[in-house]
Amino acid sequence: MEFNFQFDWQAAIDSLPFLLKGLPYTLLISFAGLAIGFVIGIVFGLMRIGPSRWIRWPAVVYVEVFRGTPVLVQVLFIFYGLPTLLGGPIDALTAGIAAIALNAGAYISEIVRGGVQSIERGQREAGLSLGLSAPQTFRYVIWPQALRRMIPALGNQGIVSIKDTSLFSVIGVGELVRQGQVYIANTFTALEVYFMIALLYLAITLSLSLALSLLERKGLVG
Amino acid sequence: MNDSVNREEADQASGTSPIVRLAGVNKHFGRLHVMQDIDLSVAQGEVVVIIGASGSGKSTLIRCVNGLEPFQSGRIEVDGKTLLPNGASGKSLQAVRTEVGMVFQQFNLFPHLSIRDNVTLAPRKVRGMTRRQADAIADRLLERVGISDQADKHPTQLSGGQQQRVALARALAMEPRLMLFDEPTSALDPEMIGEVLDAMRELVNDGMTMMIVTHEMGFAREVADRVVFVHGGQIVEQGPPDQLFDQPRHERTQAFLSRVLKH
Repeated sequence: MEFNFQFDWQAAIDSLPFLLKGLPYTLLISFAGLAIGFVIGIVFGLMRIGPSRWIRWPAVVYVEVFRGTPVLVQVLFIFYGLPTLLGGPIDALTAGIAAIALNAGAYISEIVRGGVQSIERGQREAGLSLGLSAPQTFRYVIWPQALRRMIPALGNQGIVSIKDTSLFSVIGVGELVRQGQVYIANTFTALEVYFMIALLYLAITLSLSLALSLLERKGLVG
Repeated sequence: MNDSVNREEADQASGTSPIVRLAGVNKHFGRLHVMQDIDLSVAQGEVVVIIGASGSGKSTLIRCVNGLEPFQSGRIEVDGKTLLPNGASGKSLQAVRTEVGMVFQQFNLFPHLSIRDNVTLAPRKVRGMTRRQADAIADRLLERVGISDQADKHPTQLSGGQQQRVALARALAMEPRLMLFDEPTSALDPEMIGEVLDAMRELVNDGMTMMIVTHEMGFAREVADRVVFVHGGQIVEQGPPDQLFDQPRHERTQAFLSRVLKH
């Protein structure tokens, strides 16, 4: 048998304009999903350390359910399953954003809980002893410190969620992978196209890593 | 042995109207009875030093005064406001805390804020001062404790002694009517203890009402109006420092003092 297949740089470059049409969807799902997931994560993460079991319990159930099931199953459930329940279709983009938000939200809840609990008890006591209310103590003393400690873990979650959006090609969202599949169907250049798709993901995740490490370094001093 | 004698002394020392009054305060940690029927009054301007072995309940006692520790029965009055058992104090809890300053063993400065902002946070957020007003107070207090040239630094850039002096300035910025000190020098390297005690001495001279938990017996003898010896969650003996240190009446006090004063 003889291999004479060569990596065709021209084909790779030619695919780029078509692939880049998927980039806005990948970015939109990632950032909208993560932004909503961050809000969910703060709410449920704080509920998990709440004063009563009636507050803690719903948060525990939420985290276990959405952390314990695959994102792919979640998005299929939302896109194909929920419409039967709601009586109307859900568009693929919305389903993708919802799946990222709910899934990342579960992990971020745990990150928030861990971050807040890692702050020494003396910090809270110092705030309260100065006459700050409990919410003020949280807002001005606990949260800024906890957030700083959460940055590396939040960065990890961001990268995981960005990559998870590639799964949504299965429900027809025109994101990077979906665009690639459509392009390959016409050109049969799988090697070059998937290589380019991998590069594009890497570009997104490396930018995020870089931004976070800058933020962290600034945070250490400021 | 001489509970009634102790109470009389307490009443004499506290003069007219006490600024702090604990009456029949009990606290349990699970099965441990860490405060047993504690009665204690502190008069305006009085300096009360609380001594005792670790685990005797002395820190718990002063932490009850600003409500950092809940208690199960009895009552605590601070400057006319009442703290109730089982966290039922409601609004008076925060009112008490704005009037009572506290310095902790571990300093507990806010590491994410500059030294100046550590001092100005509570005046701005609780008293509603502008940054400008609060900065003026901070600069004055930081100068007083000898840290004025470090105001823009962060806590971790300062030595332990400097951090504890900042913690003192931070508490004083709220213009408290009473200051609590929970082993303020116990976490310090020996060469830094003096500078913190000096800052506290100045406060004593200004007439501040203080409750101090400390192992610094020399300092206690020097500044205390009254020394209270706590053992096993009870006030065993109290009196003026000369009397308590030189002629302790209770055998537990004698045993404790012979252990700590020997070296």
